[in-house]
Amino acid sequence: MSAAASTSRAGALTTAIVLIALIALWEVSVRLFAIKPIVLPAPSVILAELSENLPWYLGHAWYTLFTTLAGFAAAVIIGIALAVVIVESKLLESTVYALIVGLNSVPKVAVAPLFVVWLGTGYEPKIAISFLIAVFAMVIDTVLGLRSVPADVIDLARSLRGSRFDMLWRIRFPCALPAMFSGMKVAISLALVGAIVGEFVSSQRGLGYVILSAQGMFDITRVFAAIAVLAVLGVILFWLIVWAERRSIPWHASQAHSGAGA
Amino acid sequence: MNAPVAIAVDRVEKTFSRSGAVTALAGVSLDIAPGEFFSILGPSGCGKSTLLRCIAGLETPSAGEIRVGGRTVHGPPEHLGIVFQRDALLEWRTILDNLMLPIDFRRRRRSDVLPRALDLLKLFGLAGFEQRYPAELSGGMRQRASICRALIDDPVLLLMDEPFGALDALTRDQLNVDLQAMWRTDPKTIVFVTHSIVEAVFLSDRIAVFTPRPGRIADIITIDLPRPRRLAVRGDPRFTDYVGRIREMFEGMGLLREDA
Repeated sequence: MSAAASTSRAGALTTAIVLIALIALWEVSVRLFAIKPIVLPAPSVILAELSENLPWYLGHAWYTLFTTLAGFAAAVIIGIALAVVIVESKLLESTVYALIVGLNSVPKVAVAPLFVVWLGTGYEPKIAISFLIAVFAMVIDTVLGLRSVPADVIDLARSLRGSRFDMLWRIRFPCALPAMFSGMKVAISLALVGAIVGEFVSSQRGLGYVILSAQGMFDITRVFAAIAVLAVLGVILFWLIVWAERRSIPWHASQAHSGAGA
Repeated sequence: MNAPVAIAVDRVEKTFSRSGAVTALAGVSLDIAPGEFFSILGPSGCGKSTLLRCIAGLETPSAGEIRVGGRTVHGPPEHLGIVFQRDALLEWRTILDNLMLPIDFRRRRRSDVLPRALDLLKLFGLAGFEQRYPAELSGGMRQRASICRALIDDPVLLLMDEPFGALDALTRDQLNVDLQAMWRTDPKTIVFVTHSIVEAVFLSDRIAVFTPRPGRIADIITIDLPRPRRLAVRGDPRFTDYVGRIREMFEGMGLLREDA
């Protein structure tokens, strides 16, 4: 067992202890100060609500998960494609990049209602909003990554008389992978935000809908239960990206220390 | 095996105009014979790397002409091997895959050159490291791997831009010995840029000594020492004579002063 692995295990243990301590503090405070469930329900109450109606919550979570993953996938594919266009084309570099940065400064939440008008009330507007919120992180990090190739390496590729395709596929792309994964880590969280925003605007399903409708009925326990499911979903999605990163870029410096001694 | 090529540098000038015109090379002419070990020696910023980059086709001369194997250089020539000061290894490729980069770029079959790759790694003391990533290797080992990569496709011309400049003295000596051994068994035209007088005298058939900005050739010195040269040759009076002569040239340029 390497030192790095035991350090990360110790880190996970500390995180778990802190989390349990915070939940315990919450539970004790609610009971001690007799806080009404309509303001802040105790964790035990939320847990009871969850276990009672678990299939129902999971059904809504599934809907939100699908929207998130679809929005995320679109953001990754289109984001990388846009980044390649920006890096490869001198002409489009200034125009497209400026346009993207400009669009990014518009609050995407503000345009969400428009998507409902354009795309209806099904999956489509939610996926579109999820995509729109997530795509910028992907574009900006991928552009950064594609441009991070050291000058020596570019000279080397030129001396080998490599084609543009070789340069992009064999040099720029692998060099950009770590930055792309940074982008994906941000994008997956933003895609989830986008999915919830979409459900807030118009939906009959999904965790965003559960939160909004429960809030309308002052069922705060249900609001918290949905938020708890959402938090777990977010953490799982994030760790899936981290796992994929470890699998696909074993050479990367952030993992190098654990490989060297093995 | 590909036959080594001759290089002709004909009145080459190079001016950079980034912030005001800077003349890096002012009328440089030299001829390098096929299979010769030729060094370009000079202080930092004398344009010696610029000349190497012009020969490699990575820079275009502002005036004059460079011919490699009789053909005027427009862009990188075929069958060129190049080694940079920093190894320029691809972090995402294992050592063996790094060696195979020129093969991948030239759309050749890896299996054809696998025996040569393994031989080169053995020659440069990297046997057993084929499947390691560059991050797992020391600086000296990384540079050895980058030399192997430059040699994998049997280049007719090997260009080396201060390849050992970033290494510690011991590793540097060892690599000088290893490079000479490789060159004797597998002759190639080598153009070697360095600012180390001892390294240049030890390795070279001839040395072009450059003046500081703008870069000009002060003199071309033929090193007439028998090969293979051992590290102990550096104590030989003839060796120290060469080193002394070149140092005097640098003193004459005002680059070295005895009194502080």
